[in-house]
Amino acid sequence: MRRIERDYPIASVGGDIGLPADDPECPARGNTERTEFGRVAMGAVLDMLEEAKDLDSPTPRWVQSIGNQRGVGSQPTSTLMHCPDERPSARSPSSCKPDASRRQSKRADQPAPEVCVQRLEGISKLTGRERYVDDLPFDDALWGMTVRTRVPRGRIRQIKFGSAVDWAEFVVVDHRDIPGPNEVFLIERDQPVLAADYTRHMHEPVVLIAHPDREMCRRAVADVQIIVDEEPPALDYRLPAGPEQIQRNNDNLFKVLKIEKGNTERALEQAAHVVEGLYETGAQEHVYIENQGMIAWVEDGVVVTKGSMQCPYYVVNALKHALNRDESQVRVIQTPTGGGFGGKEDYPSNLALHAALLALKANRPVKIIYDRPEDMAATTKRHPAQTRHRTGFDSDGKLVAQHIDVTMDGGAYVTLSPVVLSRGIIHAAGPYACDNVLIDGRAVLTNAVPFGAFRGFGAPQTLFALERHMDVCAAQLGIDPIELRRINLIRDGQTTATGQVINDGTDRTAVLDQAAQAIRFREKQRAHESFNATEPYLRRGVGLACFWHGAGFTGSGEVALKSRLRVQGHADGRVEILSSSTEMGQGTWTVFTQIAAEHLGIAPADIIITTPDTSRVPNSGPTVASRTAMVVGRLVERACDDLRQSLGLDNATRGEAVTAAIRAWHNTNADQSLFGEAQYEKPPGINWDDDTYEGDAYGTYGWATYAAEVEIDLRTYTARVIDFVAVQEIGKVLNNTLARGQIQGGVAQGIGWALLEECKWELGGMKNCQLTNYIIPTSADLPPIRVAFLENAYAHGAQGAKGIGELPMDGPGPAIANAIADAIGVHANIIPLTPERIMGMMDQTHA
Amino acid sequence: MPDSNNINVEFTLNGNPISIDVAPRDRLLDTLRYALDLTGAKEGCGEGECGACTVYLDGVPANSCLIPTYQVSGRAIDTIESIPADALSDMLASGATQCGACTPGVVMTACWLKRHPELLKTHTVRELMAGNLCRCTGYDGIIDGITDGCQSNYDRGNAS
Repeated sequence: MRRIERDYPIASVGGDIGLPADDPECPARGNTERTEFGRVAMGAVLDMLEEAKDLDSPTPRWVQSIGNQRGVGSQPTSTLMHCPDERPSARSPSSCKPDASRRQSKRADQPAPEVCVQRLEGISKLTGRERYVDDLPFDDALWGMTVRTRVPRGRIRQIKFGSAVDWAEFVVVDHRDIPGPNEVFLIERDQPVLAADYTRHMHEPVVLIAHPDREMCRRAVADVQIIVDEEPPALDYRLPAGPEQIQRNNDNLFKVLKIEKGNTERALEQAAHVVEGLYETGAQEHVYIENQGMIAWVEDGVVVTKGSMQCPYYVVNALKHALNRDESQVRVIQTPTGGGFGGKEDYPSNLALHAALLALKANRPVKIIYDRPEDMAATTKRHPAQTRHRTGFDSDGKLVAQHIDVTMDGGAYVTLSPVVLSRGIIHAAGPYACDNVLIDGRAVLTNAVPFGAFRGFGAPQTLFALERHMDVCAAQLGIDPIELRRINLIRDGQTTATGQVINDGTDRTAVLDQAAQAIRFREKQRAHESFNATEPYLRRGVGLACFWHGAGFTGSGEVALKSRLRVQGHADGRVEILSSSTEMGQGTWTVFTQIAAEHLGIAPADIIITTPDTSRVPNSGPTVASRTAMVVGRLVERACDDLRQSLGLDNATRGEAVTAAIRAWHNTNADQSLFGEAQYEKPPGINWDDDTYEGDAYGTYGWATYAAEVEIDLRTYTARVIDFVAVQEIGKVLNNTLARGQIQGGVAQGIGWALLEECKWELGGMKNCQLTNYIIPTSADLPPIRVAFLENAYAHGAQGAKGIGELPMDGPGPAIANAIADAIGVHANIIPLTPERIMGMMDQTHA
Repeated sequence: MPDSNNINVEFTLNGNPISIDVAPRDRLLDTLRYALDLTGAKEGCGEGECGACTVYLDGVPANSCLIPTYQVSGRAIDTIESIPADALSDMLASGATQCGACTPGVVMTACWLKRHPELLKTHTVRELMAGNLCRCTGYDGIIDGITDGCQSNYDRGNAS
C-alpha cells in the first residue's frame, strides 16, 4: 500500500482550498443580487412580525432570520439565510455578510464582531477531491469481507468451508484469532467481536475473509456455511418474552428507568379530564451516503485503523480491549466521513476490530468497505419504540398529571440502549410544566440486529408520542391545539419532570407563536375547510409540534467524559486545533476555526484543523449529542486562553500580538512544541443524581416549534408535505449557513421517518436493505424548508451557542402526523405514515 | 480475474483519449475509481438509486455503477474531475455540500442542468435533481446553489 505522508491538505481558509477568503469576489460576501434577496426576505420577516403583533402574544424581540419565505407573500421569495446576522464585522477578514454599513446601522449596539467562515473543505468536496476511506490509494492491501450467521438465534454447531474457491489464497479469521477478550468495548461488553458458539441476530459476524480480489472475497463468503441449532428468537419488543425466549436475566430487559415527580396516580384520579393514547414509531436507517469502511495495518508494532467514524476514541478503547494492547500500541485516524447521524458512533469499533484482526493475521493492510445492502443489514438503526400516555388536565386545560410508559426495542446487544432510553424518557414529558409526572422506561432485548444511536437518540420517539398526544388531548378537551400548548409551556422558574428549574429567559411562547404565524396556521385551517369540501381527491391539513432538546451528554455524562482539547502554536504563528471531534458534514472544522479565529482575533487562514489522529489529538469526547460546537467549542476558547497564558499574554491580547508572540516563542525555544490545553469543567449550579434521576438533566435546552402543511391524495393514499416551518431558539447561531443546513437536513430526515422510511423485518433482519425499496426523500419529495432562529445566548456554550444537530429530528414526525389527522380525521398514531398505513387507518375510521 | 478474458476499451475520458484493459464484469465506476484513480465519483448504493456515481456519458448524466466499462467503447465520459472549482462558488455559499459523499454526483447533475436551461420550461429544479439523493442538506442548499447561479428567474420548485 502506498502510505501517504499527509493524505489531506491541511484545510485553512484562503489557503489550499483555492478560495481566498479575503478576496472581494469571495461569493460568501454576496453580490448585488443576494443583497437584493436579502432585502426581500428581511422585509418578509418584518411583515411577519407586523402580523405577529396582531396576536395577543409578545413579538419575539430576538428574531434572527427566516429562510425560504413562502407563506408570507403570494409568490415564493428567494432564500436568504444571511450569514449569521446583522452584526458588524469590521475585524472579520472573511465575513460572509454583504453591506457592512447596513449591518452597522441596524445593530450598532451589538458589541461582538465575529468571524463567519465558509465551509473549509467545501470546495474540496464540491470538486470531488476529498478522499474518503474507499478513495485512498491501495496497492498491496487485501479486501476484507464478513461471513454472517443468517439465523436470528441459536448455537453455532459447525462452520463448513466449501470447495468453490482455493482457501489457500485467503486469510481467514475467526474468534480464536482475537488476542484479548472477545468483546466489543462499550457500555457493556456483551457483544462479541466475532460470534464464537452462539448467534443472537441474523447478521452476527462469525468469520472474516481477506483476499487481493474483491470478487474472490464475495465468492468465498458464499462458500462458507454456518450450521446453527436454532432456538426460538424474541422478535416483538412490544410483547412480553415467553420462557423459551428469555436470554437475559429473567425478563430480557437491558435497562429500566423511572422518573417520578409529585403523585401522578392521585393527580390522575382528581383530574377533570384524563386522556389516554398509544403511539408507535418505527426503526430508521441512517443512510449516510458514504457506507461504512475501515482500513487497518500494523506499523512498528502499532495497530493503525483508519476510516469513516464519529468517535475515534471509542475505536481506540475497542482495539485496546479486544486486541489486548495498551494505548501506545493502537492508533486511530479518521478519514473524511460521508455522514454519520449516529450510525458511525459505535459501529466503527466493530469494523475496526474486524479489519485489524485480518491485518494482524495477513501481516498486510486490509480494507473493509461495506456495500449498501451489507451496511443497511448489519449496522445499527433507530430504536423502534412504543409509548403510552395517560394525561390528566384540570378544567382549564392545564396539565396536572402525565403518566408516560416507554418501551424501546434494543435488539440483540446492549450497545447504547441504556443512554438512548435515558434521553428518550427525559424528553418524554416535553417542554411543559406539570407537577405530577411518572415516566417508566425500558429497553428490551430482541433478536434483531442491535439498535443504536441515531440523531435525536430516543427523544424523537418519545416526542412523537407526546406531541401527537397533545393534539388528541386538545380535540378531546375541545381546546385549540395551539392554545393547549400555550397554556402548558414551561415558564421560567418552573421545573421539568426531573425537577430541573428552567430559568433561561427564553420566550417559549414566542417560538410557538412565530411558527404558527409563519405557516399561517389559522388562515390555512380556514382555507383547507373549503379546499377539502370542494376537491374530489385531495385533502389538506396543518399541524404543529412544540418540543425541546437537551444539548450535550445527559446527566453527569459530560463530567464523566472529562473531555480535553489542545491548541498548538506553530513556528509560523499559525494555531492548530487538536481535537478528536470529527467533521462528518455538520461543520466541526468550520465552526472550530471560526471560534478560534474570533477568540484570538486572528484570521481564519491562520487556524489549522484536520482529521483527528489519536496519536496527536487528545480525547475530546465523542462527536455526538449536539455537543461539539457548544461543549467542545468552549474548550477551543479555553485552550486558546491557555495558549495566551503560556505566552505570558492576557486574554485581551488579540490578533497580530498573539501570532507575533507565538513566533517569538519558537525563536527562543527552537524544536520545542507550544501548546494550550483545556479540560471540561462543569458549569456551576448543574447537579444531577443518577440514582434518583433527579436534577439538571442537561446544561441547557434548545426550544422549537415546527409546523407542517400536508396534502393527501385519496386515490393513492400518499401524503406529502407542501409547506414546512421550523422555528427554534438555539442559543447563539455561530454560522448561519451551517446552522440552517443542520435544521433543513434534520427536517428532511424527519419527514422521511414520518412518511417514507420503513424498515421491513424478517426474523429480526432488515428485508428491504437497499435504496430501491428503503425510500428516503428526494428533492422532489420535499418543499422548501423554512427556517427561523431566535437567539438567546447560553453562557456556558462557545460564543453563546447551544447544541443544534439533533433538535430538528424531533419535530417533523408529530407535526406531520397532526397535519394528516387534521386533513383526513384519522388517528395517526404510528409512523411512518406510508400510503399502506394511511389506507388502513382510513378504512378503520370509516368502517 | 483471469486476464485472458479482458477486453480492451478505448474511449474519451475528460477530453483525452484513453485505452484500458478491463474485465467484462467491471463497472465503469470501478474502472474510474480503482484503475484510473478518479475517485470523485462515489458508490452510494450500487444500483442506480442515489446518483453519487454520476458521470456524463456523451454529455448526459448517467449512473456509472450501472454501466459495464466495455460498453463505453468509443463514447465520451466526463467525471467530476473535469469540473473547475470556480464554477462552484454559488454552491459553496449556499451550503450545497455537507458531508460531501453525494456532492460529486449532485454537482454533475447541477452543472448539466445549468447548461440546459430549456429543461426548466417543463420541469422544476427539484424534479430535475431528484436522481441525486442527499441525506444532509434537505436539498435547500443544493437548490439554492443552482438557482442562485442561474440568471433565469424560474420556479424554484415549490411543491404546491
